[in-house]
Amino acid sequence: MERKHAIFPARVGIIFLTPALLFVVVFLLYPFVRVFLLSFTNQTLLGTTAPNPEFVGLDNYQRLFDPDRWMRLGEFGSALKITAQFVVGSALIGQAGMGMLIAWAFYRKRGVLREVVFTLVILAWIIPETVVAFTWVAFLDWEFGTLNSVLDTIGVGRPDWLFDRPLQSIILFNSWRGTAFSMLLFSGALETIPPSYVETAEVVGATAWQKFRDIFFPLLRGHILTDLILITLWTFNVFTPFLLTGGGPAKRTEVVSIYTYRTAFMGRHEFGKGSSIAVVMMLINLALALIYLASIRRRRAT
Amino acid sequence: MAEIRVEKAVKTFGKVVAVDNASLTVHEHEFVVLLGPSGCGKTTLLRAIAGLGMVDSGRIMIGSRDVTYLPPKDRNISMVFQSYAIFPHMRVFDNIAFGLKMKRMPKDDIKRRVQAAAELLHIENFLDRYPSQMSGGQRQRVAVARAIAVHAEVLLMDEPLSNLDALLRLEMRAELKRLLAELKATTVYVTHDQIEALSMGDRIAVMRDGKILQFDSPTTVYDMPADRFVAGFIGTPPMNFLEGQVRRQNGAVSVYIGDYALKPIPEMVEALARYDGQPIVAGIRAENMEALSQPAEDALKVTVLVVEPLGSQNLLTIRIGSDIIKVSTHPDFRAVPDQPIWIRFPSDKIRWIDRDSGKTLIPDLGALMS
Repeated sequence: MERKHAIFPARVGIIFLTPALLFVVVFLLYPFVRVFLLSFTNQTLLGTTAPNPEFVGLDNYQRLFDPDRWMRLGEFGSALKITAQFVVGSALIGQAGMGMLIAWAFYRKRGVLREVVFTLVILAWIIPETVVAFTWVAFLDWEFGTLNSVLDTIGVGRPDWLFDRPLQSIILFNSWRGTAFSMLLFSGALETIPPSYVETAEVVGATAWQKFRDIFFPLLRGHILTDLILITLWTFNVFTPFLLTGGGPAKRTEVVSIYTYRTAFMGRHEFGKGSSIAVVMMLINLALALIYLASIRRRRAT
Repeated sequence: MAEIRVEKAVKTFGKVVAVDNASLTVHEHEFVVLLGPSGCGKTTLLRAIAGLGMVDSGRIMIGSRDVTYLPPKDRNISMVFQSYAIFPHMRVFDNIAFGLKMKRMPKDDIKRRVQAAAELLHIENFLDRYPSQMSGGQRQRVAVARAIAVHAEVLLMDEPLSNLDALLRLEMRAELKRLLAELKATTVYVTHDQIEALSMGDRIAVMRDGKILQFDSPTTVYDMPADRFVAGFIGTPPMNFLEGQVRRQNGAVSVYIGDYALKPIPEMVEALARYDGQPIVAGIRAENMEALSQPAEDALKVTVLVVEPLGSQNLLTIRIGSDIIKVSTHPDFRAVPDQPIWIRFPSDKIRWIDRDSGKTLIPDLGALMS
């Protein structure tokens, strides 16, 4: 239904919009512009460049992409690489894979088990980050952790998770943490598939894999794409691993969000360089968002 | 060899009994229609035969095999769904080939089978299309082609025509009937449309509240309905019912509609005599009464309420006592509302129904002999 006449005259509408617009300008637009400008300076929190920052042109960016250094641990390229591993492992494989598996396992099923599993998965998603991080540190602790107590009992030994396998640990953590979104999206999408499609397949004796390959996957392709792009976007920016590993040990879990934080707000507090990382991150996000929007538009068109 | 035998099937959903001790046998090559109003359990029974919902108790046999606990794929059936269940992401060819592909049939055989099925349904020119590029009727044909391509012994159809518009349904009805006669598959067909059932089925199982009320040929179901429900469900218009009173005088039995006496045929006398002094329901179809514009000795005077000219007939609504009934007349018969006409009831066309049980009284064939 299209409304031909507005409820309010445009002028009244603008009055209603003003508070929201004010917020956007003060807390989004201004910081964005500020960061963009800062990224071309050598502004720091302390030292001589704190009161008198200088314009340094593209210096910050050149330092980020310096081919001799950038793949070393603790540098930008390394952070990007770790982030990529983190995204692929925890979002694309962990969250989307687990989400699909759970949604598929409970497809058109009701009952206590489904409620319990869904509730637990959603719980993992909505508990505050600090609480979740603390429980995971406790869970993975070398000496007193639940995981190692169990593993030791069954004779596997006591791996030092956060020290020896830090990246695997945060990947596991983030998979657990964020599966709910993919699970909910996929289980909602599965509900849109008419039961007669599945029954048609059952009558001719299609295997579970054939059903998935020939019916579910093609019909859910759009939803899967949406999910993958969204969780990539979110996982790319996620900062919670910092609460588990602090980016270490030896910067082996330093994803770009942590790298930005360390550069700008720790040690020498290099605001200028930190800003340049933020700008690059913003550009990557923008690219992902554009892909997302394009994919939605294409789905609407078909 | 694919006879279907359902023995004492029971299926409940929670407290609702969807199929209540239903038994029926479908002979090989036979076309049986499950007919009933929505919620009568006909689809549940069909799905039980398909294996898409296991029965709680009872037995289902296909051919000589007990399939009660087998999954659908091991029953050698194929099925057409009400919603067609055509996959939107596959071309027509792949839709028809779906079952064959799942069974990993060689490519050449698949091609031949798909082609043959498509030709039977006159969609061989649409094999490259996607379902979204086809009309409802064409999609319906794809669904049927997919079902017959697998060459199953048993074909199950769940209201396959109910999503089509009236004209298309009429056309597909005849075409499906021809096709199924040609294929000689044992077919169970579910519908709530009694005309569809009458026109297509070799036999019709009329269902209500999970029970099979009558399982007979279309003419028998129409002519000799087993009870008041079947009589009132089948036929356009459905059978008329008149309240009467049985009276026995000097050995002769008459049924009085008001002051008017109906004389039952000899075969019914004995059965009706037991109702002496009690009410009985007379059932008669609209086309079986004779309307007269002049008084006659054996005709009842009635008042016309409504006249509906339908082209091939005039349908009159008339009042007799407290009952309102429909009488079909020749289109030339002149009738005007509020004017009297006279109705003659041929006694061999009247079905007598017990008012309490709703069951039709069975004629006493012995009376003919004596």
